[in-house]
Amino acid sequence: MAHSAAESAGHPSVHASPAVAYEAAKLGIWAFLATEVLLFGGLFTTYIVFRLKFPEMFHRDYLHLDRVLGAANTVVLIASSLTVALAIASIRKGEQRLLKLFLSLTIFLAGVFLVIKYFEWTEKFAHGLFPGTDIFFSLYFMMTGLHGLHVAGGIAVLGAMLFLAGRGRFSESYNTPVEISGLYWHFVDLVWIYLFPLFYLIG
Amino acid sequence: MMKGRGGGYAVYLAVFAALLVLTGATVAVSYVDLGFWNVATALLIASVKASLVALFFMHLKHEGVLVWTFALVPVLFLLLIVAGTLSDTLFR
Repeated sequence: MAHSAAESAGHPSVHASPAVAYEAAKLGIWAFLATEVLLFGGLFTTYIVFRLKFPEMFHRDYLHLDRVLGAANTVVLIASSLTVALAIASIRKGEQRLLKLFLSLTIFLAGVFLVIKYFEWTEKFAHGLFPGTDIFFSLYFMMTGLHGLHVAGGIAVLGAMLFLAGRGRFSESYNTPVEISGLYWHFVDLVWIYLFPLFYLIG
Repeated sequence: MMKGRGGGYAVYLAVFAALLVLTGATVAVSYVDLGFWNVATALLIASVKASLVALFFMHLKHEGVLVWTFALVPVLFLLLIVAGTLSDTLFR
């Protein structure tokens, strides 16, 4: 693909061309996401094994979870996936202000997700349900906790993107970091898409 | 260089609407007792949602063989891990 010197100006790269740098960055994040699939995958495997082993416990315990709050959080995360996709679409069109608006919305929604999660967890603790209560709650706190850490990490990454966007670092021709961060954020949404039915909907 | 890839705003909004409808459907089905089919339906709907996110939001639809390989190989490994673990725990 042809590229001009102007295109590579303003974003130093060790790669031969911006196009190569873009492809390398994209494969890099997909490789990272592959390790993430296997990190969560180990826990999903554990869930499957213990669910088959103790079906009564899983049925009794899942009734303690609030599926309305779980559904609300699903909607919040899906909306944040939309806003980050719109952020990328915006900067591809060179819309700096829309990029900042959509990034801010994504970070806000990620915060709402964590606040709802906080209320859910404190409500569980108040009812004497802890990670050590039984295998179901061990898995519930472990998996939603690890996911929550990913949400917090996403806030940090998207916050950095918003900071850089504020300094005018992204444009129509250079927006790779925004796109890479977006792929990570969509993955966080993907994990929740499976966590939600497994814990809240099926017993 | 990166223009014309991915969808426009309208595509993303349509995917978002589909994800909302599917979330509503999966919650509604969870209130009906279908036995085994509750699990099957919930996982099927989750997988349709995941596919929509990957294909449109993550632009997999517009990617080449290399990115598809990076995306699918870990899923294949996960299936192997689950199948291997289950063959041990179920038939021991």
